[in-house]
Amino acid sequence: MRDVRDALMVARNSEGKLVRRPLSPHLQVYRWPISMALSILHRVTGVGLAIGTLLLTWWLVAAASSDDVFDRAQWFMGSALGLLLLFGWSVALIFHFFSGIRHLVWDAGVGFDAPTYNTSGWAVLIATGACTVLVWVIGLAVW
Amino acid sequence: MAGTNNTPHVDVLRSPLGRARGLGSARAGSGHWWAQRLTALALVPLTLWFIYAVIHLSGASHQTVIDWLSAPLTLGLMLALIVATFYHLQLGLQVVVEDYVHNELLKVASVLLIKALSVLLALVCIVSVLKIGL
Repeated sequence: MRDVRDALMVARNSEGKLVRRPLSPHLQVYRWPISMALSILHRVTGVGLAIGTLLLTWWLVAAASSDDVFDRAQWFMGSALGLLLLFGWSVALIFHFFSGIRHLVWDAGVGFDAPTYNTSGWAVLIATGACTVLVWVIGLAVW
Repeated sequence: MAGTNNTPHVDVLRSPLGRARGLGSARAGSGHWWAQRLTALALVPLTLWFIYAVIHLSGASHQTVIDWLSAPLTLGLMLALIVATFYHLQLGLQVVVEDYVHNELLKVASVLLIKALSVLLALVCIVSVLKIGL
């Protein structure tokens, strides 16, 4: 025991076994409310989009060089792996877009009560799904 | 602590030791926060335009992309998008690193690396776009 306060963290469970009391709050313990899931998702998609800018940079660099280099980049974007990356990128972007607007509204001091943030959370998810489908239907139709 | 005696005191959220060592807020927090919101706000219309542009350019030939970027409005919007995007992502990644990396050296090194890479990638994007559009 490194710290005397650790003594307060030890207790017996219902079988009489000595166990450490759980710390609070802890991700595995709670049922995930939508606000918690979306908060984490906002961060995860943000990091994903940051990495995704490498794809944008590559595409712009390719466009600034020869026809051959650009055609190779365009070919990759249209390949199975390219389309998968673009799909992931589009979902992340659209989610981060709507979730970001939700955050901006909170920053203005609006929508902090539980019924509102639960509704707005589901609205973000529904809007993300609908717009992703819409973007891909139009995108594939134009392509 | 407040309420334990009647001597005059000031409640400060930093410990006396923290204050003596000069650790704590760098007093740059509100600037960071504000810059992140401002770039987010700028990215709302820019993202909508960019998604439209990507759909518009899906499967486009090289010449089509060159013609598209040669329009001054497109070039200007693209530059604004690049600057806002890299500024915003660098601020966001900094917060993520500061939240999860607790080793001081590793934290500072990661943040500096993120900022350096963001500036470099932004410059590469800007030069590419200008090379095509100008």
